[in-house]
Amino acid sequence: MSEVLERLMKLAAKRYHVPFETLSGPDDMFEKLKIDSFQAVELMSEVEMEFDVEVPDYELQGVRTFDALAKVIDERR
Amino acid sequence: MIQWSLKEGVYELVLGEEPCNEIGTTMLAALERFLDQVDTESAYAVVIRSATRGGFSAGADLRELYEGLKDRPEKEHEPALRDFINRIHSVMDRLDMLPLTTIGVIHGVCFGGGFELALTCDILIAEKNARFAFPELRLGIIPGFGGIPRLRRDVSNAVVRDLLLTGRSINAKKAQQAGLVSQVVPVGEGIRAAMATARQATKFDREAAATCKRFMKPLPREELAAEREEFVRLAQRPILKLALKKFVESDDVRPYLP
Repeated sequence: MSEVLERLMKLAAKRYHVPFETLSGPDDMFEKLKIDSFQAVELMSEVEMEFDVEVPDYELQGVRTFDALAKVIDERR
Repeated sequence: MIQWSLKEGVYELVLGEEPCNEIGTTMLAALERFLDQVDTESAYAVVIRSATRGGFSAGADLRELYEGLKDRPEKEHEPALRDFINRIHSVMDRLDMLPLTTIGVIHGVCFGGGFELALTCDILIAEKNARFAFPELRLGIIPGFGGIPRLRRDVSNAVVRDLLLTGRSINAKKAQQAGLVSQVVPVGEGIRAAMATARQATKFDREAAATCKRFMKPLPREELAAEREEFVRLAQRPILKLALKKFVESDDVRPYLP
């Protein structure tokens, strides 16, 4: 597991009160975390602050898994 | 529900329309009532905040807009759009020009028309989870509630062009760097910070503060009038109705993505 993926899933687990052990890279984030559209917006800010990156929304089209989001973050670091 | 109270010279205007303070006729009517009743002789400041979990405001009520357009003959679109946009511009202008110090507290979503409402405030305090966007281009329109002239009044730089031309959202820190927000505070601390700022405003002479505001924040009347015309022109095109239909029928968790 990459460092970015691990940090991302730890952040999500802590923020949305889901056991870290139950998360895996290919999981659909929105289904797994059970978050709505407002929480999805909030998650973007959390991710940007955690990794000190900017992630434009248009780079997130089609991004639903932890793996895919970790890849976008990694490309932006 | 929109509520307000006046205590020790400070109005607290609380926007509590679920799900996220969508700006339609209900919100407009409430803001008009507030503006009709606000006592500028005894107050010094207004704190505008949201009581909804999702954020300050998700913007215009797109469902109401879609319902209003979809079954209406095309020849009636222009007068209907013009009536609505004139009414909302009047509210935004009155808020903008209130001779009181206005402080907006932003958390979560502050998109489109909600962002335009925030831009009428003199001072913006953002909680760390605030996120700002102008996603209007995805609907084939421009911000129509006075957003572009007010953005140009406050800041005119590459960040703003990026926001408008890509529809992407930015976080509170980026908004502060761009000059849109004056204070960034931890989540849950926005109201306390805003009330402290408002109490500071109560220490000053009301007329001096209002005069300062008139100098620092003149209403860009010509640009606002031009924006109204361009909005009405663009909003009559079929692309808007199609985009609204797609939005209201979407079950995507991120329907706002550009």
